[in-house]
Amino acid sequence: MSAPNKSYDPVEVSALQPEALDRARAEALEAIAAAADLDALKQVRLAHAGDRSPLALANREIGALPPQGRAEAGKRIGAARGAVAQALKARQAELEEERDQRVLADEAVDVTLPWDRDPRGARHPLTTVQERMADVFVSMGFEVAEGPEVEAEWFNFDALNFKPDHPARTMQDTFFVESEDTGLVLRTHTSPVQIRSLLSRPLPVYVVAPGRTYRTDELDATHSPVFHQLEGLAVDEGLTMADLRGGIDAFVAGMFGEGLRVRMRPSYFPFTEPSAEVDMQCFVCRGASVERGAPPCRTCGSEGWIELGGCGMVNPRVLVACGIDPDRYSGWAFGLGVERTLMFRHGVEDMHDMVEGDVRFTLPFGMEI
Amino acid sequence: MRAPLSWLREHVELPSGVTGRELAAKLIDAGLEVETVEQAGADLAGPIVTGTVLAVEELAGFKKPIRYCQVDVGQANGTGEPQNIVCGATNFAAGDDVVVILPGGALPGDRPGEPFRIAARKTYGHVSEGMICSVRELGIGDDHDGILVLPPGTAPGTDVIGLFGLRDDVLDIAITPDRGYCLSIRGIAREAAIAYGVPFTDPAGVDLPAGDGEAHPVRIADPSGCDRIVLREVRGFDPDAPTPMWMAVRLFRAGMRPVSLAVDVTNYLMLELGQPLHAFDHGKLTGPIEVRRAVAGESLETLDHVERALDPEDILITDASGPISMAGTMGGLATEIDGASSAMVIEAAHFDDIGIARMARRHRLHSEASYRFERGVDRELPLYASYRAASLLAELGGAEIVPGASHAQAPVAPVTVEMPAGHPGRVAGVTYGRDTVVRRLEQVGCTVAGGDVLTVTPPSWRPDLTDPNDLAEEVIRLEGYENIPARAPRPVAGRGLTGQQRLRRRVGRALAGAGYVETPAFPFASERDWDALQLPAGDARRVALRLANPLSEDEPLLRTTLLPGLLRALARNTGRGFGDVGLYELGLVFRPKEGAPERAPRLPVDRGPTAEEIASVDAALPDQPLRVGVVLAGERARSGWWGDGRPGGWADAIEAARVVAREVGVELTVRADRHEPWHPGRCAALYAGEALVGHAGELHPRTIKAYGLPARSCAMELELARLGEPRTPRSARVPTYPVATQDVALIVDAGVPAADVESALREGAGALLESIRLFDLYTGEQAGEGRKSLAYTLRFRAPDRTLTADEASAARAAAVTVAADRTGATVRGT
Repeated sequence: MSAPNKSYDPVEVSALQPEALDRARAEALEAIAAAADLDALKQVRLAHAGDRSPLALANREIGALPPQGRAEAGKRIGAARGAVAQALKARQAELEEERDQRVLADEAVDVTLPWDRDPRGARHPLTTVQERMADVFVSMGFEVAEGPEVEAEWFNFDALNFKPDHPARTMQDTFFVESEDTGLVLRTHTSPVQIRSLLSRPLPVYVVAPGRTYRTDELDATHSPVFHQLEGLAVDEGLTMADLRGGIDAFVAGMFGEGLRVRMRPSYFPFTEPSAEVDMQCFVCRGASVERGAPPCRTCGSEGWIELGGCGMVNPRVLVACGIDPDRYSGWAFGLGVERTLMFRHGVEDMHDMVEGDVRFTLPFGMEI
Repeated sequence: MRAPLSWLREHVELPSGVTGRELAAKLIDAGLEVETVEQAGADLAGPIVTGTVLAVEELAGFKKPIRYCQVDVGQANGTGEPQNIVCGATNFAAGDDVVVILPGGALPGDRPGEPFRIAARKTYGHVSEGMICSVRELGIGDDHDGILVLPPGTAPGTDVIGLFGLRDDVLDIAITPDRGYCLSIRGIAREAAIAYGVPFTDPAGVDLPAGDGEAHPVRIADPSGCDRIVLREVRGFDPDAPTPMWMAVRLFRAGMRPVSLAVDVTNYLMLELGQPLHAFDHGKLTGPIEVRRAVAGESLETLDHVERALDPEDILITDASGPISMAGTMGGLATEIDGASSAMVIEAAHFDDIGIARMARRHRLHSEASYRFERGVDRELPLYASYRAASLLAELGGAEIVPGASHAQAPVAPVTVEMPAGHPGRVAGVTYGRDTVVRRLEQVGCTVAGGDVLTVTPPSWRPDLTDPNDLAEEVIRLEGYENIPARAPRPVAGRGLTGQQRLRRRVGRALAGAGYVETPAFPFASERDWDALQLPAGDARRVALRLANPLSEDEPLLRTTLLPGLLRALARNTGRGFGDVGLYELGLVFRPKEGAPERAPRLPVDRGPTAEEIASVDAALPDQPLRVGVVLAGERARSGWWGDGRPGGWADAIEAARVVAREVGVELTVRADRHEPWHPGRCAALYAGEALVGHAGELHPRTIKAYGLPARSCAMELELARLGEPRTPRSARVPTYPVATQDVALIVDAGVPAADVESALREGAGALLESIRLFDLYTGEQAGEGRKSLAYTLRFRAPDRTLTADEASAARAAAVTVAADRTGATVRGT
């Protein structure tokens, strides 16, 4: 053990006097509190917590104390230095926070400034509504079938039981490829895709055929020489008009919502027999606009019903022309106009808007519909 | 077909309260497409009566002729005194019978539901106690030139609302091509009778006088064009006999214009029975009548005063002088009845539907008669219809019916259809029972025999019923489509969209996401487009299909490129004030195949075609590849408060192609090219591997001018299929060792493509190269005359270790060496 140090100098250790320490500590805390910014605090730190600060100097004197006094003095200095350090840290945090607040506030911008630097794009609603319609069929397990737009008359007419020179054929105002006996036309409907599907796919066949079609109608508010159709075709064993009705019901529910009634009116298409026109209950007013005194419905013209398209059981003659045994297989087909659907589903009023390619028409439709 | 309810009621015993709208609903359920129900005369209110003009006083001093008349309206005015009426018409005289509306009555106004009410009022200095009416005011004609002067014979004061059928519901029905029999009151009345389950009286059901021998001689020379013709004669017809009002009103309601009694009778019977009739002036005929095909070189001036050159396929009615009528289509002018005809030959025939259809189309001569023959006319009608015509001419025109009829016919095989009694039920998914099936078929006029398998003979007016499914439809529609249940779809094992179908959607989304707006254009074009696109004479895109009947002679071709439509849409948008715009289209172009057969064969339809037969049809079709086109003008990034924008340019057009290719998983190779319609110095050929897929760049200034586009407009077009099938992305481990970055600036001749420099660097840098990026392009003094400086950042990374500086430097040096060898590049600053 070491001998007691008896040679300490009372002057040299005056810095360790409790009063001196308290004073140094108080001065330090005062200076810390008074530091107005981070630079000032840095100075204060040097002065009161640096190597040359009174408390640091006092610390060095501990060795000069007699051993029995060292512990207590060390404790006192430690407490003082701890308090100063803590105050410094707190003040540092405070001042940093103040600085951050100030700087971030200075960096504020006007977030209401407009922004239209980057071009916006969109897909045409005829494309997207067609996809949407096709997807309803696809969800029922149908596959999307396609065919050429310049089509052979045999596919467009003959195989679909349009007899030569029959009014049903001449009524389809057909674009012929020159000369008229090339046997080529711009397809007047998507139905030739039925034939191509039945010839190229194994039975049973469940396909949906969306696509571009052509008739020699002048462009006006409700007609276009270039338009789109979509039709579903099912050929399988044992299909009946009940399946046709079920298929249409499912399409209507998928496309326009649940619970809408569908009605069929007898009609005529050469490639279906029996045939029907299909109406669905208006998906906006649900038929309510028909009531006396009810507010008018723009979607259905207060008819309560919307004409949807045509349908029927595949004419057995069509099956025969495709080499399918009509005694074993039967089928149904249901087709509708894409433009008309877009018109009543989205309130498009004039065909011109759909065909002119004005970006103001297309942009609001975005990517999906 | 416009069918007045009153006319239908004559032949079907409808319950008395049934309205036109109620009947329409029933007929729609039965398959007749009733488009509108016009409530004619709904706003009329009596008293509207006949009157006899007693005296006419011309009032002077007015700008137009005004008459003050006294009209005897019998007891209709309650006093029996003459009625004083001011009238502005001048086409009548004292003694004429007219129609008078008395005060308290109402005429149709400008709008439905707003009638024009009649009251006694002072006008032109006199009190007018009512009005003398024109046919237009009464809603039974278009003529407003004068008032209606009636045929004599109606007592003054007779109410005419019912008598003339002034108030009636008119059903306008769009008749589908299979239901030719409904182009008549007879056919529609039959459907109405079935719908209501009430008796039907056949207007053709007249008793014919027993055989009195021949009328004007007739023979059929070509039974393929006509299998029955009947001629009857009348003489002593009064050409001045007026058409009775009831008949004139019905003709008007049905959409025809009254002409003269003789013509009106034939039209009336055509509407009522569906049998077109023709009347010849007997005095203008020379010799016997014959039905035959035309001979080359023959011609005929038809009733519409057009001299028509006849085709050897045309079916004609002829006499010794030559053609006198185009059968079932339009009569000849030389033998037409006129204001002096008193002896007539009435023709009623059954012509071949296809023969008439072809003739009408060939001559663009579509008449009420040809319309009906094309859709099938009841072969049993000619004897009856001709007799009714003769009878009406006798009854209304004082004619004498010459006894007998000439009747020529060719044998026709009867049609029967075999159908299992359960077939309609199997089609509908409903069980009907044999009795129901038989009853429904008999209702529509079929004769039904047999047990489990029915032998059905359709009636003569239903030539459309040839197949079991035709009969099934009759049963099902009459039993009600609304009674067919819905069976929920059975799930099918579909495979979803094909790769190409998904790709197309992705490409659309990617381009739209890149700021392009889809604008599908009509695929029509013209030679002027090829010129505007600067296509040289031999360019394959000038070989286009031509439409035989284009909507506009300005655009008779089918597009061989998407650009004309896109450029027009671009011009339209910029012309409407949208100068910063990018458009795209995904669509087919039509490229005739070299050596394709001149016509697509017409295959049989009574069996499936063989694979060879299908191929023979497809061989005649043009190639129809799907293309993607993009056009852009103006700024791609717009200027604004944030600073300058960036003008769109050739690089954007090429990038649009990369956007498309990326969806396939293909990196495009770009090479400089000269290809119209692009700027010769700013045109890129786009390759996927070695396959040329399309072009992109800035448009040729002459093309820009031709389409009226903003300067520097750009375009891209590529063929989607040439990019191949969409690739399935494969994952590689992501290396996590540090990157070593090396920059290098190379100086090369200005003509060296940057792509060559880059690929040389890439090759030389070897496997450690992770990426390479051109960060600066400099031309100027420091690069030297005719030289350019390309500055690249090369990023190196090894998958298994941290690269040393020496390794990275060595790789860089190797890259520079290859670039120097290949492109003559020197490192800048050395």
